[in-house]
Amino acid sequence: MMAGTFDVDLVRKDFPILDRRLAGDRPLVYLDSANTSQKPRLVLDAVDAHYSWHNANVARAVHQLGEEATAAYESARAKVASFVGASSPAEIVFTKNASEALNLVANSLASGLAADPRYRLGPGDEVVITEMEHHSNIVPWQLACQRTGATLRWFGLTDEGRLDVSNLDSLINPRTKIVSLVHQSNILGTVNPVAALVARAREVGALIMVDASQSVPHQPVSVAGPPVAAAPAAPDDTSGSAAGPPVAAAPAARDDTSGSAAGLGVDLMAFTGHKMCGPTGIGVLWGRPEVLDGLPPFLGGGEMIETVTMEGSTYAEPPHKFEAGTPPIAQAVGLGAAVDYLSGIGMANVHAHEVALTAYALERLRAVEGLAFIGPDVPVDRGGTVSFTLDGIHPHDIGQVLDEQGIAVRVGHHCARPVCVRYGIPATTRASFYLYTTNAEIDALADGLEQVRSFFG
Amino acid sequence: MSESLYQEIILDHYKRPVGRGLREPFDAEAHHVNPTCGDELTVRVRVSGDTIEDVSYDGQGCSISQASASVLHELVSGHSVADALSTSDAFSELMHGRGRVVPDEDVLGDGIAFAGVAKYPARVKCALLGWMAFKDALGRIGTLELLKESS
Repeated sequence: MMAGTFDVDLVRKDFPILDRRLAGDRPLVYLDSANTSQKPRLVLDAVDAHYSWHNANVARAVHQLGEEATAAYESARAKVASFVGASSPAEIVFTKNASEALNLVANSLASGLAADPRYRLGPGDEVVITEMEHHSNIVPWQLACQRTGATLRWFGLTDEGRLDVSNLDSLINPRTKIVSLVHQSNILGTVNPVAALVARAREVGALIMVDASQSVPHQPVSVAGPPVAAAPAAPDDTSGSAAGPPVAAAPAARDDTSGSAAGLGVDLMAFTGHKMCGPTGIGVLWGRPEVLDGLPPFLGGGEMIETVTMEGSTYAEPPHKFEAGTPPIAQAVGLGAAVDYLSGIGMANVHAHEVALTAYALERLRAVEGLAFIGPDVPVDRGGTVSFTLDGIHPHDIGQVLDEQGIAVRVGHHCARPVCVRYGIPATTRASFYLYTTNAEIDALADGLEQVRSFFG
Repeated sequence: MSESLYQEIILDHYKRPVGRGLREPFDAEAHHVNPTCGDELTVRVRVSGDTIEDVSYDGQGCSISQASASVLHELVSGHSVADALSTSDAFSELMHGRGRVVPDEDVLGDGIAFAGVAKYPARVKCALLGWMAFKDALGRIGTLELLKESS
């Protein structure tokens, strides 16, 4: 598919799995991309070519294959850096997934090993998260607070599925050491007003991290821009590398208030490869150079050291300081290819397509009797992840009957159980979209839900 | 569609559960959850001598988990502890049989309708939720009895 245009039918030809037929020769309707995305041929070929022709360990072999593998691995780092607007590849730490990236920061802060007190958690310190976090941005902080005596606090949610920031100034206060929040909720679809929290964090001198696992794959996200004390004066179109105009202009124009593309101005950002057309087993932690310098190591081992004696060790410079052991080399190469693929299509195009899909889905699903959205029911400051309940029919049953029609959705609490508790439900059904999703697939979902209703009605 | 999984008998038990609701008195209770989907069941047992006088239950979850609890009530209430345990074992064997175990209707009654569930590994846990809670509660009575005897 060529840059500068966006044609979902052409995009779909890049993904072999979308040709699958199942459930009695029905076409696959894959609406579970927030769980994991499908992989384009370009990525599959890049991983295959790496193992077939260039396989060796990185950063330690003097032979040609070792140099090729190292170059491929470091080139992937540079591609990822450029994709998120980092000023240097050294700001990109490869991890196993976003969870590991979040755990890395929580554990480094909790270790108490940092020379600079900004990077040490202790009694009296506060950590601020939100009620809409994935468990991976809750549990590491609970553990860190248990270890250090720090206090965990969180933003609540409004009935509409938005972050309740009415107590912003008291929640983020001079005792706050770090604020860690999700950019786009994996269950509600909500895109959070990061800029407001960044501004407050700056006022009190707290670190701020975003979990961008659900935003980096779907919209232009840039970490560029200096940390600023006031809310950034956001230019609203910084799609930058994206070629060509957005396709669906109307809803897209309403969705640009999240500050997403303008440069988040945060200190740390975690995301994962497999949700953005890349392989599993590769995640990313981006950090400002001074923050990565200040944080002590997380995992110890080979390649993260400068020198080792039996009495003690000194450490490599970031990012290698945080990459102990043989890294996910082929996975990084695959992620680099995924970044090439997405950049070729243009993240502004991807975003515009998903905004249009989301508007269509909200309208189409609203017409299903007994359906209630969990999360924003308007296509404003939200991504293409739509959770709902249906008439007291349990999501497991919904998912099963949809599966019999070849429709793949996720059911359950989506690793965000506090959100389900907040809205008094045991679980939701979640449909999530990506660049290869079509309106026809949303029609199939709506029709499928009618069948679910008649089956259990 | 779904016929092999959602047998009419299962849907009947789901829509019109038998013996649902927590009752007093009871000798022990167990609360089990399925952490992957949030299904929950509380099961109470009342035992007199070696007879299970009553199994009462309440909870929330998918049709499979809730219907299975209804069948549990039907199959074990009023039966001996030994019979209940062997029924429970037979149901468990059926569920872990990957669709290759032929169920005995004399033992499992309406439970045979769950044979199709065994072909869906993700749903086996749902079908077993109430039964696991039941066995757990029975085990607790055992503990209580021992405590009574030793005091």
